[in-house]
Amino acid sequence: METSNPTRRAVLGTAAALTAFSTAASRAARSEQPPASVSPPSQALIRVNGKQLTLELEPRTTLLDALREQTDLHGTKKGCDQGACGACTVHIDGKRVLSCLTLAVRCVGKEITTIEGLADGDTLHPMQAAFLAHDGMQCGYCTPGQIMSAVALVKEGHTQSDAEIAEWMSGNICRCGAYPNIVAAIREVVGPDGKRG
Amino acid sequence: MQSFELIRPRGIDGILSDWHPGDAFIAGGTDLLQLMKNDVVAPERLTDLDNSDLHAISLVDGSLHLGALATMAEVAAHVDVKREWPVISQALLLSASPQVRNMGTVGGNLLQRTRCGYFRDVGFDCNKRRPGSGCPALRGDNRELAIFGGSSHCIATHPSDLPVALMALDAQLDLAAPGSGTRRLPLAQFYRLPGDTPHIETALRPGEMITNVVVPPGPHARNSLYVKVRDRTSFAFALVSAAVGLAVSDGVIRDARIALGGVGAMPWRLPHVEAALRGQRADTSVFETAAARAGDGAISAGLNKFKIELTRRTVLRALRTVAA
Repeated sequence: METSNPTRRAVLGTAAALTAFSTAASRAARSEQPPASVSPPSQALIRVNGKQLTLELEPRTTLLDALREQTDLHGTKKGCDQGACGACTVHIDGKRVLSCLTLAVRCVGKEITTIEGLADGDTLHPMQAAFLAHDGMQCGYCTPGQIMSAVALVKEGHTQSDAEIAEWMSGNICRCGAYPNIVAAIREVVGPDGKRG
Repeated sequence: MQSFELIRPRGIDGILSDWHPGDAFIAGGTDLLQLMKNDVVAPERLTDLDNSDLHAISLVDGSLHLGALATMAEVAAHVDVKREWPVISQALLLSASPQVRNMGTVGGNLLQRTRCGYFRDVGFDCNKRRPGSGCPALRGDNRELAIFGGSSHCIATHPSDLPVALMALDAQLDLAAPGSGTRRLPLAQFYRLPGDTPHIETALRPGEMITNVVVPPGPHARNSLYVKVRDRTSFAFALVSAAVGLAVSDGVIRDARIALGGVGAMPWRLPHVEAALRGQRADTSVFETAAARAGDGAISAGLNKFKIELTRRTVLRALRTVAA
């Protein structure tokens, strides 16, 4: 089924249309329960890094866009926006997923963790510290996604060898080519025997 | 992405009774959202399947039952799947990335749309996307496209790995439709070859959905393997892949199953190669003779010609590895 009406698409894409729609925001009550039906746009409570955030969401708003455009949590990066690069990796209910391919309204009632949720105050998460120690980045754009993926990887336990780490980190692309340093950082966190250190 | 409404009914009955023409189902969303972002599809309403209660992986009378909403990661890691149907676990672990496997589902993976670049770019004609508009792939960039099952209207491949394994294992699908209960259909009868209607891809009726996949057990399933050849080591679609299962006793091949991915308009079974193996000794010369026929019937569109020889070699490697 192909888009057959570019005029309608263009109108829906404009900021003016979005503003007009926002008067309908009161249609859906704020709730921690997933709504039975969502029409554009409505307010939703999304739990990110342990805090409830009130976001105004159209059904088509991705979790990535909701985080970057409606919160101060800009660590999660938009690379390809097509699920191919991993820069937008976050955890939902403890599992690593792609926020660019996740509709934000489907996250109501779930626990989201972003790169900003890893550190304990000023103390970095061990994986963040290891990435710094091993220069696991150059430009840094892919790094939040790499670290979110690496933290999940350690929990999943696929860290017995460098080859296994590389395979299970393959959803995160680094165009600077910092891969050896990323593997070294993960190796430091898991310890020499491949088990969690 | 076009705007749409999202509904979140509870249970399979609620999902089916709420369905209207023009609706699309969303499970993991990893393929659908790409297609929607690129305006390849633009459903007016999405039915969220999160509350469908179709997530279970279970054994029923020795057969494997995969709920349509079980994730690729859950199935790949399941202890019974790894022991009794290893080709399924391997096919999934060679699919996509860990993040996508945490999201993507069994049902969604079976229904993943082709990766043909002309289909996914609305700037081009495509008989699958806009029936009758033409197929630029026939004389264009067809390196990754089909050598089996294509037509003069479409040479797109089915991109997924899981259904290749399921095809080799004679899996069946449970399908549920509004008002007509559930029917069970062999996977081999689920996919449609393009012919002159490449926009019709499956036997699904309006509003019908996959609820469950049933996979029978057997010695060929226990001794099974997935080999995938691709342009990079990981996180890439197959150029050629092979799911093989061999039942061998006293050095003789009692049963053989071979299906291919990356080369067919649908997951592609090789019955003539299987027949060349059954009753023969499980040794290299038999494998070489049988694998030499794996490209029989293939048709090259030009740039994908290399796939014919690569198919033979992939089948041979899979047979030698599974018998080792």
